[in-house]
Amino acid sequence: MSVGQQVTSDHQLARLLQIGVVLEEVVEARSTHHYRELDGDFDDEIEALLEHAAEESAEHRERLEDIIEELDAESVSYEEIEALVEAQYGQTKPEDFDGLLYDQLCNEETAYKFYDDLIGAVEGSDSRFSVDRDRLLATLREIREEEAEGVEEVTDIMERRV
Amino acid sequence: MNTADQYLKAIYLVQEMDDGPASTGAVADALDVSPASANEMIGKLEGRGLAEHEKYKGVSLTDDGILRARDAIQNYCIIERFLANVLEVEEFRAEARSLEAVIDDTVAERLDTIIDRSSECPDCFDAKTDACRYLEVEQENPAD
Repeated sequence: MSVGQQVTSDHQLARLLQIGVVLEEVVEARSTHHYRELDGDFDDEIEALLEHAAEESAEHRERLEDIIEELDAESVSYEEIEALVEAQYGQTKPEDFDGLLYDQLCNEETAYKFYDDLIGAVEGSDSRFSVDRDRLLATLREIREEEAEGVEEVTDIMERRV
Repeated sequence: MNTADQYLKAIYLVQEMDDGPASTGAVADALDVSPASANEMIGKLEGRGLAEHEKYKGVSLTDDGILRARDAIQNYCIIERFLANVLEVEEFRAEARSLEAVIDDTVAERLDTIIDRSSECPDCFDAKTDACRYLEVEQENPAD
């Protein structure tokens, strides 16, 4: 076991990006699930939030997948993760809007923390990767920024609804 | 998982296998670090009230240390199950070891939402095989 918080190889980087893809897919699948559950129970602000979260996660996923492909690794299929999310949550509905927003907040915060750690681990590594390091870090920082904005957006809505 | 948690997890598992205090050498071996590094970190854990070190006997975890070690093992179990069951990684043990330092508690918790993990976790973790017992069963009987 190597002790240290660094990314040391293409393989490890690809694996961590795959985890990023799965986190995005979990957000996308859960946002989509909640959005469908809202059908008939109109709340424009929350519907817009969920729709935006699902779209943004899909876009983040595609950007990560491009890098994974360059690392000569495979991504994880969205359908597979959606099925796992549905297996866990298919029978449950969020109890209320607070529960739904809280779930969304956890998703965004987790993704933010993940990218923050990953950026730190790449920055702390002397290893050479077969993808351009500057482009990799720029992509991860942009995604992290969007996750931070997502956290802020959900927090604003939650505070306004207290 | 940070370095201290990796040590707590290693000490807990060595203690479990040896049924007594963990020697510094065994902890160093488990983490693939020098005995000097292990000694230094064990001193820090002792300073934080997470471990107790007795000369010539070895290190034991305090109740607080055990709680944190069990959380660390649970996260490790989540990473192993995620790698084996979701990403279908054959070498899931080796990969989990290389990933645990960069997987945070919150990320492990989120990955846990798509894993069908046993409620008895982390007691299902087998120190000797370095894997969850249920994972072994599933691997041997893919139909299960």
